[in-house]
Amino acid sequence: MSDALLKVRDLKIGATVYPPSGKPHDIEIVHGVSFDLEKGKVLGLIGESGAGKSTIGLSAMAYGRGGVKITGGEVWVNGQDILKQGIRDLRRLRGATVTYVSQSAAASFNPAKKIMEQVTEAAILQGKFSRKEAEERAVRLFDKLGLPNPETIGNRYPHQVSGGQLQRCMTALALCPEPDLVVFDEPTTALDVTTQIDVLMAIKAAIRDTGVAALYITHDLAVVAQVSDDIMVLRMGETVEYGPVDQIINNPQEEYTQALVSVRSIDHEEKRPTPEPVLTVNHVTARYRGTNFDVLRNISVDLHEGQTLAVVGESGSGKSTLARVITGLLPPAEGEINFAGRALSPALEQRSKEDLRELQMIYQMADTAMNPRQTVGTIIGRPLEFYFGMRGAEKRKRIKELLEEIEMGDGFIDRYPAELSGGQKQRVCIARALAAKPKLIICDEVTSALDPLVADGILKLLLNLQKIENVAYLFITHDLATVRAIADSIAVMYQGKVVRYGTKSEVLSPPFDDYTDLLLSSVPEMKLGWLEEVIAHRKMESAGN
Amino acid sequence: MRIPISAVIGLFFTGLYFFVAIFAPWLAPYGMTEAVGDVWEPASSTHWLGTDSIGRDLLTRMIYGGRTTIWIATAATILSFATGSVLGLLAATIGGWVDQLLSRLVDLLMSIPSLIFALVVLSVMPVTITVLILVMGLLDSTRVYRLARAVAVDINVMDYVEAAKLRGEGRSWIIFREILPNALSPLVAEMGLRFIFMVLFVSTLSFLGLGVQPPAADWGGIVKENKEGIVYGIPAALVPAVAIATLAISVNLVADWILNRTTSLKGGRG
Amino acid sequence: MHPILKLLVQRIALSLLLLLAASAMIFIGTQILPGDVAQSILGQSATPESLANLRAELGLNEPALTRYFDWLFGALQGDLGTALTNGRDIAESLGARLKNTLFLAFWAAVISVPLAIFLGLLAVRYQNRWPDKLISAVTLTSISIPEFLIGYVLMYFISVKLGWFTSVSTIYDSMSLGEKLSAIALPVTVLTLVVLAHMMRMTRAAILNVMQSAYIETAELKGLSMFNIIRKHAFPNAIAPIVNVVMLNLAYLVVGVVVVEVVFVYPGMGQYLVDHVSKRDVPVVQACGLIFAAVYIGLNMVADIVSILANPRLRHPK
Repeated sequence: MSDALLKVRDLKIGATVYPPSGKPHDIEIVHGVSFDLEKGKVLGLIGESGAGKSTIGLSAMAYGRGGVKITGGEVWVNGQDILKQGIRDLRRLRGATVTYVSQSAAASFNPAKKIMEQVTEAAILQGKFSRKEAEERAVRLFDKLGLPNPETIGNRYPHQVSGGQLQRCMTALALCPEPDLVVFDEPTTALDVTTQIDVLMAIKAAIRDTGVAALYITHDLAVVAQVSDDIMVLRMGETVEYGPVDQIINNPQEEYTQALVSVRSIDHEEKRPTPEPVLTVNHVTARYRGTNFDVLRNISVDLHEGQTLAVVGESGSGKSTLARVITGLLPPAEGEINFAGRALSPALEQRSKEDLRELQMIYQMADTAMNPRQTVGTIIGRPLEFYFGMRGAEKRKRIKELLEEIEMGDGFIDRYPAELSGGQKQRVCIARALAAKPKLIICDEVTSALDPLVADGILKLLLNLQKIENVAYLFITHDLATVRAIADSIAVMYQGKVVRYGTKSEVLSPPFDDYTDLLLSSVPEMKLGWLEEVIAHRKMESAGN
Repeated sequence: MRIPISAVIGLFFTGLYFFVAIFAPWLAPYGMTEAVGDVWEPASSTHWLGTDSIGRDLLTRMIYGGRTTIWIATAATILSFATGSVLGLLAATIGGWVDQLLSRLVDLLMSIPSLIFALVVLSVMPVTITVLILVMGLLDSTRVYRLARAVAVDINVMDYVEAAKLRGEGRSWIIFREILPNALSPLVAEMGLRFIFMVLFVSTLSFLGLGVQPPAADWGGIVKENKEGIVYGIPAALVPAVAIATLAISVNLVADWILNRTTSLKGGRG
Repeated sequence: MHPILKLLVQRIALSLLLLLAASAMIFIGTQILPGDVAQSILGQSATPESLANLRAELGLNEPALTRYFDWLFGALQGDLGTALTNGRDIAESLGARLKNTLFLAFWAAVISVPLAIFLGLLAVRYQNRWPDKLISAVTLTSISIPEFLIGYVLMYFISVKLGWFTSVSTIYDSMSLGEKLSAIALPVTVLTLVVLAHMMRMTRAAILNVMQSAYIETAELKGLSMFNIIRKHAFPNAIAPIVNVVMLNLAYLVVGVVVVEVVFVYPGMGQYLVDHVSKRDVPVVQACGLIFAAVYIGLNMVADIVSILANPRLRHPK
C-alpha cells in the first residue's frame, strides 16, 4: 500500500492541560493510530466526544488546534512525511493538497469578505488557477452543490445566505483548489435533519464527481455509513475497530461498535390515552413581547397521566416556545392551559407553589442548568427543602434515595457539577426534577447534547422512572429516533403550528402530510444505501408531480 | 493551591501599605505638622527621605499621607461598590423600567468625564473628606454598576436561574444564592482596579488643590507642596510617585491573579 | 431609508440628547445641589448685605429653570456669560485657550495613535514572548502612576537634570511652529505615555479577540502566511474595535490634558478650569464643563458611528 494518498502510522498526539489547581502538564490524547486512504476513497472516522477524531483529521494537515501537538508517528501525504516538512511546504499542502470543511461554516467564513473571494482565495494564492479560472470553477462547484443562483451567490456576504447554503459554500471552498484530500469535520452536525440530507447528498455527489479522497469525521454512524468506503471507530484516542463500511455496519466485531450500531433501537410499547388528560393545551397562540409575529398558532394538544407526548420539529418550529408557554415564562396571547384538572394561570408569578411543584423541567444543556457553585446535594436538596420543608438528616436521606434512583449512588452528594460527566450531570437534573414529586416533567432536548450511548442510557432511565413514579413527560426533540424510543403520542410542529398529532402509531403510519413525510424520510438510517434510496424516491416523486 | 510569585509580591506590598496606613501614628518618627529641620534637607540618618518645603520630615508626611490617601480611597471604593453592585444586580434581575431608568442615568453620568464632573461639583461644594468620598464614590459607582449589571445579565439567562424561577424562588434567593456566588470573582478583581483608580483620583484632586486641604497630608498634596523644588533639582515631589506606583502595581498583580484563577476554574477545553 | 442611515441618525440624535442632559447635569451640579452658590463664593466673609447683592447679580432670585434655559440658549448662541472673578467675557477668554488645548491634544494623538497600534500589533505578533511581556510591564507601570507625577518625573530628569526642554510650556501666538513644538515636547510626551498604555492594551485585546475567531483558523488551513492572514482576514474585522479603542482614548486624553496643563503651566482650557474651580467662579466652570462634555460625547459618538459603518451585517443587509 505504498501508493496510498494518505498513510498514517502510529500517530500520537498530545496536549497541555491547565488544571485549576496544580501545574500545567502534558497529556496524550491520541495513542498511536494507523490507517491508509487511497485516492478517491472516503474514510469515516467515528467516535464520541473525546475520541480524538477531529484531532486526527487535522493531523492530515499537520495542524494542531489550540495547544494540541503531534508528538509521534508519521503522516505521509503523496509519499512525503508531512510532519518533517517546514512551514512553507505545509502552507502549500494546506492550501492546495489537503483542505478542510468545519462544523460551523457560519464561524469559519470571514464576515467582512464576499463568499467568492474566500472560496477562490487558496486556489489563486497557491498558483493553482488564475482568478478567472478559479471563479469559473467556483461557480461550477456552487452549481454542483445545488446552491441557488450559482452565478451570483459568490457576490454575497456570508450572513446573507442560510446555514445549509453556507455549509455547501464551505465545501466549495475546500474543493476549489482541486485538492487530493478533503477533511470533513462534522459538516452536517449543526444542521436540521431536512437540511442535513441536502448537504449530505451534495457532498456525496461532489466527492464522486471530483474524484477527491475524504476523511469524514462525525459522531453519527448512520451518517458516515452513507458516504464512506471504510470506517474507523475510535474511542478515547484509540482504534476500536477499522474495516470496510459493510463489515462495520452489518457485522461489527467489537462490543463497542455493536453498541454504536444498535443505538437508538430502544423500543417502547405505546400506552392508550386515558379519559382524563393531566395537561390540556387549548387553542394557544403566543408571540414575544414587542413583536406581532405569532410564534405559536392555535396549538391544541393533550398529555395523559404517566405517558409521554413527544413534540417534534426543527429549529424555528416553535417547540421550545411551547415549553415556555406551559411553564408560564411566556404567557399566551390567546387560549388556555389546564393542568391536573384545574386552569393554570398564564403567568409564572400568579401560579401557586403546588402548580410549580407539580410541573418540573429538564434542560438540554445540563452544564448551564446547574449552578456551578452548588454541590449535587444542594442542587437536589433545594426542592425538598423548598416544597416539603425537609431539613437535616431527613433531607439527606431523601437525596441519597434520589441518587440511587438515578443510578449514581450517594458518593456524589458533595461533588460539584464540574466534577461530573455529561451523562451524570443530566441525571442530577432529572433527580432535581423528581425531588419535587411532579405530575409532569417538560424535557427540552434533554439528550441532544449527549453522545449516543449516553443518551440511550438517559432515555432508558426516563422510561424506567416513568413506570415507578407515574410521571408524564412532555418531550421536546428534533430527533425522530428518540421519539420512537419514548413517545406514546406525538405532535409534529412546523412554523409554529401542529401539523400532525395523534398516538405514536397513528403519526408514524402513512398516509403522511408533506412535511411529516419529508421529516421522516430525512432521518438517516443505519443501513447502507439509505441515502441513494431516498434520492431515488424523491426523484421519482418529483417526476410524478 | 499554588500562588504565583507575582501575586505573593502583590499581596505582600498591599498588606504592608495597609499596615503602615493603620499604624501611622505609631510608625511615624515625627509629628505630622511638626517642622523639624531646614527647607528641603537632603536624605540623612535623622530624616530618611529628607525634609519638605517647610522643613517637615518627609517620611513622616509620606506615612500620614498614605494613611489619608488609602483611607479615602478605601472608603470611596466601598461606597462605589456597595452602590454600584447592589443597583447593578437589581437592574439585571428586575429588568423592565427599573433597569431602563438606572441604565440611562448611568449613561448620562458617564457622558461627562468623572474628573471634569468632580471639578464642577467641587467648585461649589465645601471641600471636606466626606464630600470627597461621596463625590468620588458615587461618580465611580457608575462603572461598578455597568460591570455588575453585565455580569448579572449573563448569569441571569442561565438555565439554572430559570430553574430557580420556575421553582418559585424569591428574588433574594436568586440574587444571593444563584447569581452572586457566580458574579463574585470578576467583581472582586474589579474592586482592586477601582481602588487603584481611587488612589489616582484623590491624588490628582489634591494635587490640583481641590482634594485634601493642608496642613493634612496626602500623597497628591505632598507633590503640590514640593513641586516648586523640581526646577531647583530637588526630587522631594517625586517620592509619592514611587509610593503610588508600588501600591497600584501590587493591587493590580493581586487583581490579575484573582481573575486568572477564576477563568481557569471554568475549565479549559475538554 | 437604508437601515444603516436610520441607525446613524438615531445615534446622532442620542448624542444630542445626551449633551442636552449633560448640560442640565452640569447646571444642577453647580446651582441646585449645594445650599447657596453665593454663600460658598463669599465664604466666611459673607455679610447678609453682600450675599443679597451677589444673589441679585447672579440672578439667583429667578427660578432655577428660567436660569437654566437662559444659560443654555446663551451657550447655543456662543454667549457663555462673564467670569465672576474678572468680569471678562468667557467665550473670548476660552477661544484662545481652547485652541492651545486642541494643539496639545492634536500632537499627542498624532504621536500616540500610530505608536499604540504598532506596539499592539507587535505584542500580538510576539504574544507571551519577551516583547509582549516587556510591553505589558511598561504599560502596567505607566497606568499605575497618575499623569501629573509622570509629568514631574520627566521634568526632573529631562528638563532639570539633562536640560533638554523647558520645564514650563508657555506658548505665544508669535512663536514659530518649531518653537511651539519644542515648548510642548514634555507635555506631549506625558500625554502620549498616559494614553499609549491604555490604547495599546486595548488594541492588543481587540486584535487577539479577532485572531481567536474560527475564520482565522480557516485562513491558516488555507495555507496563508501570517502576514496575509493579518492583512486580509484579521485587519478588516479589527478596524472597528481599534477605532473604538482610539476614540475612547482620545476622550481620555481630554481629561489628561487638564492635569498636564497645570503641571507645565500651559495656557489651555484645563488650567483655566482648575484655576476657576479654586476661585469658585461658577460660570467659567460651567462653560468649561460643557465644552469638555461636548468633546467627550462627540468622540464616543464617532466611535459608535465607525462601528456601525464597519459592520458588514449592517452595511449589506439581507
